[in-house]
Amino acid sequence: MKKYGKQILGCAAAIAVYVAVTAAVNMGVMSRQMMSLIVPVCMNIMLAVSLCMVVGFLGELSLGHAAFMSIGAYAGALVLKSGLPTVAALPLAVVTGGACAAVLGLIVGIPVLRLRGDYLAITTLAFGEIIKSVFNAATPITGGAGGLKRIPPVTTYRNFTFVYVLMLIVIVLVSNLVNSRHGRAICAIRDNYIAAEAIGIKVSLFKTMAFVLAAFMAGMAGVVYAGNIGILRPGNFDYNTSIEILVMVVLGGMGNITGSIIAAALLTLLPELLRGLSNYRMLVYAIVLIAMMLFSNSPLRRMLAEKRNMRQADKIQ
Amino acid sequence: MKKFVKLASVACVAAMTVSATTMAAEEFWIGGIGPLTGAVASYGISVKQGAEIAVKEIHEAGDVTIGDTTYEIKLDYQDDQGSEDIAPQAYNTVMDNGANVIMGAVTSGPCIAITSDTYADGILQITPSGSAEDCIANDNAFRICFSDPEQGVAMADYLIDTVGISKVAVIYNTADDYSSGIKEAFEAEFTEKGGEVVASEAFQTGDQEFNTQLTTIQGTDAEAIYVPAYYQDATYITKQAADQGMELPFFGSDGWDGVLGTVTDPALVEGCIFTSPFCASVDEEKTVAFVEAYQEAYDAIPDQFAADGYDCVYTFKAAMEQAQSIESEDLIAAMTEITVDGLTGTMTFDASGAPIKDVLFVTVKDGAYTFVE
Repeated sequence: MKKYGKQILGCAAAIAVYVAVTAAVNMGVMSRQMMSLIVPVCMNIMLAVSLCMVVGFLGELSLGHAAFMSIGAYAGALVLKSGLPTVAALPLAVVTGGACAAVLGLIVGIPVLRLRGDYLAITTLAFGEIIKSVFNAATPITGGAGGLKRIPPVTTYRNFTFVYVLMLIVIVLVSNLVNSRHGRAICAIRDNYIAAEAIGIKVSLFKTMAFVLAAFMAGMAGVVYAGNIGILRPGNFDYNTSIEILVMVVLGGMGNITGSIIAAALLTLLPELLRGLSNYRMLVYAIVLIAMMLFSNSPLRRMLAEKRNMRQADKIQ
Repeated sequence: MKKFVKLASVACVAAMTVSATTMAAEEFWIGGIGPLTGAVASYGISVKQGAEIAVKEIHEAGDVTIGDTTYEIKLDYQDDQGSEDIAPQAYNTVMDNGANVIMGAVTSGPCIAITSDTYADGILQITPSGSAEDCIANDNAFRICFSDPEQGVAMADYLIDTVGISKVAVIYNTADDYSSGIKEAFEAEFTEKGGEVVASEAFQTGDQEFNTQLTTIQGTDAEAIYVPAYYQDATYITKQAADQGMELPFFGSDGWDGVLGTVTDPALVEGCIFTSPFCASVDEEKTVAFVEAYQEAYDAIPDQFAADGYDCVYTFKAAMEQAQSIESEDLIAAMTEITVDGLTGTMTFDASGAPIKDVLFVTVKDGAYTFVE
């Protein structure tokens, strides 16, 4: 029973959040500003958790996450615009978006994952720029610089349940994978590349797998984005977006899924909560970000974490 | 003495009630949405400041009276960072704060991102400067500025009918909605009218090197170069054309406004002609008063965006007075009946939401902007 304690707690938290948000929306106690943030929060959690797998568990720095998101967004948006009834179009769009991103993840992953560290980061960055240029140039399909417009609004906060379930799928998928045999192989690659190879782990295979899976989930998040905003412009998927997602992962603590979730939610809500400061909004946001980064690396936090670990160790004994 | 105190206090109370009744103007909130931070912050700030000048002027002139009620116009302006992702949040924030009408968004993409929401809420939305066609696709949405195609068409007509040029080269930005939108409409109209586009050269946002495009154009028999782009691009293009010894006349779009501030030598853009709804250095009573007020308040020369914001507020005022109501439904109905004598021209609105006003042509003469006679 104890073994499942964490899972039960997670499920309880997921249900509690769902009930609370649905109740708040239906009872009209939530401000419109907060309602419009529900979907972006869910979407950013999906992005952060999927990137967490690449950066945190695989230990490779990818700066192309926004590119995978954009591929999913465009592919999904084209399906949504095809005129199918929403019931059929939405799941199909999510799968298509994810699949297109995964295929590109594979195409990019096979050659690029031979690189490591900084080299991989730069290559994925360049890949993101290529995707952006392609979307800019392919005007007949993507609408070019003006953007792909009039996408049916199918993943707004009114469809919260769908988006929320999708987000839970991503979280469960990643956290279960990490605790599986494959996940341990991925972590082994991160911790010691040579040792992992020496004991017979197929390094390239596992690296590509993690990369493709992350791309798939980013693609799904892209579809949610498209259905929420209703317009896609290539300029919105530049490296700044990739870095924003990376910031969430780093702030959450590399390789910490719960941390990534909290950081994603916090960093999405924060700029909106600071609206009262008008002109100083983005300045304060940046300062808060620095402060949070300093805190998460400070001796104080480490001490708190150690204390908690010790308490847990006591309990087990 | 007691009596006097009593009397005085009664007088005081009376005075207060009187002043309270005259002061107690209802508030009419304009929900403004535009970029105050980010790459295009200058547009949003200009619109906000232009609108603030208008709000202040209207208040000083005694607010807006509808029936027995006086409404004081107030502006609640929220940052959308020029991003489609943030615009819905900014819109919902102004709605939470009780906006009566929406002014925005300033740029096209964010504007389109909120149109379905404003339509669902049935609120009057006027974008001061969102020039893409889709900004006003819904019945509740109107626009102050010209659409991109309108500018292109106007310039094509002007080149053929007035200047008498039949062969033209175009340099445009493929990565920019505004630039490519104008270019397409321009080329279609120009060819339609019997002209010939001999070269259509593309560049990307941030390019500073235009010699390739200019060399190609030099190899053609173009009689003029049309550059629908922003003034930063125009600055590089005119300089490099002069360096190559080209003497073709330049024509541009309203993004050229401000080019005199960035060129190294005003002679480089002497004689160029661009479409523009507003020009700060034109000697006209209204414009001069606005520029003075703006300079006093913000210590800067207002650009076209500021004028759009200013006109937008006066359009709301005109709609309120015409409708004799502050309900969006009545305001929207009144929009097609009003005439606004604004800084960017005298305009009326058609049912599609587009403004009907003359396109003006601005030229640089002796190092200063003036309207083409």
